[in-house]
Amino acid sequence: MTSIILAIVIGAAFGATLERIGAANPNVTTRMLALIDLHLMKTILLAIGVGSVLMFGGQMLGLVSVGHLSVKAAYIGVFIGGLLMGGGWALSGYCPGTGVCAAATGRKDALFFIGGGLLGAAAYMATYPMWKASGLLDNLAGGKVTLGTIPGAEYDGLTGLPGDLLGIVLGVTLIIVAFLLPERGHGGQVQATPAE
Amino acid sequence: MLNWKTGGVLLGVVFFLAFALVKPIGVSTQFVILDGILWQAVDPTVITQTDEGYTSTNAYLAKSGGKYAKNAANPWNYSFVFVLAMALGAFASSAMRRSVSREERAVPAIWRANFGPSAGKRYLAAFAGGFIVLYGSRLAGGCSSGHMMSGMMQTSLSAYIFVAGAFLAAIPLAMYLYKREA
Repeated sequence: MTSIILAIVIGAAFGATLERIGAANPNVTTRMLALIDLHLMKTILLAIGVGSVLMFGGQMLGLVSVGHLSVKAAYIGVFIGGLLMGGGWALSGYCPGTGVCAAATGRKDALFFIGGGLLGAAAYMATYPMWKASGLLDNLAGGKVTLGTIPGAEYDGLTGLPGDLLGIVLGVTLIIVAFLLPERGHGGQVQATPAE
Repeated sequence: MLNWKTGGVLLGVVFFLAFALVKPIGVSTQFVILDGILWQAVDPTVITQTDEGYTSTNAYLAKSGGKYAKNAANPWNYSFVFVLAMALGAFASSAMRRSVSREERAVPAIWRANFGPSAGKRYLAAFAGGFIVLYGSRLAGGCSSGHMMSGMMQTSLSAYIFVAGAFLAAIPLAMYLYKREA
């Protein structure tokens, strides 16, 4: 029961936040991906950085359990799947979470995105044995690994560097990049051309 | 829209709280779970309970000890309710400010500027995009939330591989498709 209450509270906070930062608006995501307006990119980089610093800082202070880490496996299919996800994201302006949020804000095209998504997920369920047999789902570099070795974690490190410190360093780096990244991309000349 | 500093800190804190209280955020798996729920409703032999847990006639639902089969058979679990609540949160946030105009609801402005006002064309692209996004996300084992955000926060190697693939495809394609800003 507690887990359901947490799901409702954290899920609602996540959805509301995605909506407020513009991630559920395909105009905003598309302008980001076309490098016209990088505002959302700055938001996302800052969020990952802040999340990482809190996560590893909390672990080092003993406030957060290392057992909550959930690291996904690395394999060639991750890259191929990433390419497909990126292509569909650019075409539609939605990714799985933001598509659901966009539909909830009344966007009808996002309902079609969800319909296509359910069919795409079903197509993967049907073709999964083929991918499995191809070897493209076989672990790469140890599979479920983190970049450094996190003390007390069940996952191996790709390197022997202290994983919690590395997490904080990378988090701070992402925060700095978020500050340095320009808000406007190459969009200046687009505005200079007369509107049709 | 929130400025990036406020929005970024807020989103980072939500990811941290999810991690600290339960587990890292992820969404795309729940498309499989909903497919499983619908499939099970049509054909109750797809997911079956065994002595050790759940299994399925579908190899993907049955993988990793049948954890997807189990969640599809018991939809009131954390991850599925999380996604439903996420939709509710986005709805509430948007309704409070009436952030999406009637015209925007069918065809977003940037699509309209580049491909015209046809809703059918936009729906077809959104449907095709959804298909490719979810097929790719499931092949990769996660999406923007699970791989990109949760994964990079945890310094997972897989997150960096996913992000490289995603932006390598997304940026050139978006630059090619959307030449007009709207």
